[in-house]
Amino acid sequence: MNKTANLPPKPVWKCGKCGGELKHGTVKITYLGNDLRVEELKCLNCGLVLITEELALGKMFEVEQSLEDK
Amino acid sequence: MVTHRANIYKEVGAAMDQVELRRLESKCSQENPPACTAGCPIHVDVRKLMLAIQNQDWKSAASILQQKQPFPGIISRICDHPCEDVCKRKDVGATVAISNLERFCLENHAPKIATVGAVPPKSQTVAVVGSGLRGLTTAYDLARKGYIVTLFEKSDRLGGNLWKHPEQQLPAQVIANELSVLNRPNVTIESNTVITRQDLSQLKERFDALYIGFAAQSEDALELLGENSTVDPISCTTPIAGVFAGGQLGNNSPINAVADGRRGAVSIDRYLQGASLTASRDREGAFESKLFVNVNKIPSLPAVPMSHESGGYTGEEAVREAGRCLNCQCLECVKACKYLESYGGYPKKYLREIYNNESIVMGTRHANKMINSCTQCGLCAEVCPNDLDMGQVCLASRESMVRRGKMPPSAHDFALRDMAFSNSEQFALTRHQPGFNSSKYVFFPGCQLSGSSPEHVEKVYAYLTEQLAGGVGLMLRCCGAPAHWGGNQGQFQTSFEEMVAEWESLGKPQLIVACSTCHSMFREKLPGVVSLWELIKDMDLPIQGAGANYGKVAVQDPCTTRYEQGIHEAVRHILLRLGCEIEELPYSKELTKCCGFGGLTAFANPGLAQQIVENRIKESTADYVAYCAMCRDRFAAHGKRTLHLLDLIFADDLQNAATRPDSGFSQRHEHRARLKRTLLHKFWQTPQERERGYRTIKIICNEEISKLMEERLILIEDVQQVIEHAEGTGSKFINPDNGNYLAYFRPARVTYWVEYQPQEDGFVVLNAYSHRMEIVEEVKP
Ligand code: SF4
Ligand code: SF4
Ligand code: SF4
Ligand SMILES: [Zn+2]
Repeated sequence: MNKTANLPPKPVWKCGKCGGELKHGTVKITYLGNDLRVEELKCLNCGLVLITEELALGKMFEVEQSLEDK
Repeated sequence: MVTHRANIYKEVGAAMDQVELRRLESKCSQENPPACTAGCPIHVDVRKLMLAIQNQDWKSAASILQQKQPFPGIISRICDHPCEDVCKRKDVGATVAISNLERFCLENHAPKIATVGAVPPKSQTVAVVGSGLRGLTTAYDLARKGYIVTLFEKSDRLGGNLWKHPEQQLPAQVIANELSVLNRPNVTIESNTVITRQDLSQLKERFDALYIGFAAQSEDALELLGENSTVDPISCTTPIAGVFAGGQLGNNSPINAVADGRRGAVSIDRYLQGASLTASRDREGAFESKLFVNVNKIPSLPAVPMSHESGGYTGEEAVREAGRCLNCQCLECVKACKYLESYGGYPKKYLREIYNNESIVMGTRHANKMINSCTQCGLCAEVCPNDLDMGQVCLASRESMVRRGKMPPSAHDFALRDMAFSNSEQFALTRHQPGFNSSKYVFFPGCQLSGSSPEHVEKVYAYLTEQLAGGVGLMLRCCGAPAHWGGNQGQFQTSFEEMVAEWESLGKPQLIVACSTCHSMFREKLPGVVSLWELIKDMDLPIQGAGANYGKVAVQDPCTTRYEQGIHEAVRHILLRLGCEIEELPYSKELTKCCGFGGLTAFANPGLAQQIVENRIKESTADYVAYCAMCRDRFAAHGKRTLHLLDLIFADDLQNAATRPDSGFSQRHEHRARLKRTLLHKFWQTPQERERGYRTIKIICNEEISKLMEERLILIEDVQQVIEHAEGTGSKFINPDNGNYLAYFRPARVTYWVEYQPQEDGFVVLNAYSHRMEIVEEVKP
């Protein structure tokens, strides 16, 4: 997952749990026993992670598919 | 034709091995040469040549000829063209004038005489006696391989019998030119040298090998070889080691003389290299090709006449005549199957890719998606001259992938969960007919009909209980086809055993199935299973009036009925009784085509599944009638007016029925669950149960969002769970500009995201998407 390209200028979403701003931070994700660390939006207070539609259906989907074929 | 689909690579646990690969590969004839090439004793690539002529690509034409013909200018003028006798055009017009076209190429676009290629010279020496076509070809072939060749000719010029052809057919100048290829450093020509039987032993001393360039048993050969003149026709060996001779009788076929000389050269080369003289020689000389070519639908075309018989073809005539070439291929299955077509090859190639896919230990398995895209419909086996069933191959490969834990989870997960739903509390049900404590029959409507038209299931059940005596039980559940198609034998077996236990609990009544897929899952395993159509074909039909005289309908036979003649006939019999006029689709009955749902193609490769439907609905402009709920819904989803056979019997409004949209995945779940509740209530007087838990959350989506969710395989119940979780825990994001919420939940192996807005007593869905990767993150309380 690309770490820097196309970062939106300012996230539109706020944490609904604590009202905090979302920042890019390291997020651990896993699929079929493969762990990956990526920079994603998350609430730095409570840790809630946001995966955007673009990411889920784009890059993330590609990685899922290629891990499935390994 | 195949009537029984045997299991390919049976042994449980085994992946396709080399032996199996070879066995399957040998069934696909596509890579065999066309009849002309096989029938040509030196195997000129006629198919390619004809294309080159059509494209007026004279350079390629010449090089195609030079590749196989030792002296193209000579052969093109005198060949006795046995290729033409076997040309497939013969049955649809007249054989292609291959020889005359070759002559045209050489007369009008002669290539430069081939110059000496850079072959590493060899030290071994060969003597060739006689310079007719046999000797010339042997000398030429061996010289090209780098041997040191000496050619003995009793007269003062090379060519032997070649000089007997009239000047007009084969000008002296052409002979001289063409034979100038032998002017090379490793060839010595000894003309005016008569070799007698006495000279042979001396030549044997001087040379490493000898070739006697005369036809077997000819006068010249007998004179030279005496009692040693028996020649093996395959290896051209004589009883004397190192001495080879023409193995074919007679001098009446120039092209066979060339082939004979070539065979001699192959033998001498093998002899001098110490290789076997007999191994794999079955494809030398003319042979019969195994390439299957279907000329049934090819319009007949007469030969292009020559305007000047003696002068040969004009350019324009040659191009037209070459254009009659059928470009012979098999590809029967590829022409019939969108899936096979879409991967750009043919089974022999695919088999290798599937084999490689299975053999990979580390690295990417590129053929996974291909293997999961076949609908397992069996049409390929039906049209293949050798019954190669790629559906069975793909199924076996899927089974092996599942066993080895290599099946991509995204391919079939959704369908398997759908199956689990149908076999859960939510839908599954087994009952005797109300008022009975035994069953003579049991109706098994299947999950797809129940999901698509629950009202038909209700009506059919009521109808059967009225018509049949002895008790008609009811079983609601899935037949297990998704697990079977997905290669998940374990899951299929579990589901099947559960089903059988339920069936036994009813006392093993005769199974009546409404879905041909269920039928195909049970027919070999459960005795007496009967399709609804065969059962009711002669019973009183409760025609609603609307059904009568509907007009013309084209019948879609589900691919799972391919060899079920009884069902095909019953369905047509019912249609006629209903007053319909039947149109047979070009692909019907044992040639029928899948709607794209079979084999779970619609999940593993939705784009291809769509092409499959589009292709199928184009076959006729008539309204279609299907007797599988999936076929019906998929055609309808693509805008084709399609009725279910049950519509014609039970629906009140056929116009509506023909255009009723596809039910969609969420609705199918809801239909099934509701059907169970309704039937329990109506037939067994069970108090209607209310929905509980998250299923009571009211979800509002417009058409666009519903469609998006459908495409993304997201169900209403998934959305309900996300919202229940978000609202219950407060774990959600908010957009301060518009107040929308965004939240996720992972009920099983998929994470669902929903953007939503609360509205009165429910929630409006604004977007939904999913991913399979799991977020591993601690959310601090
Ligand atoms: S039908 Fe298909 S599999 Fe059979 S021989 Fe022809 S190309 Fe090969
Ligand atoms: S004309 Fe002769 S050389 Fe040409 S393809 Fe036919 S048999 Fe072969
Ligand atoms: S989709 Fe049907 S015809 Fe095509 S390869 Fe698969 S089983 Fe054969
Ligand atoms: Zn927070």
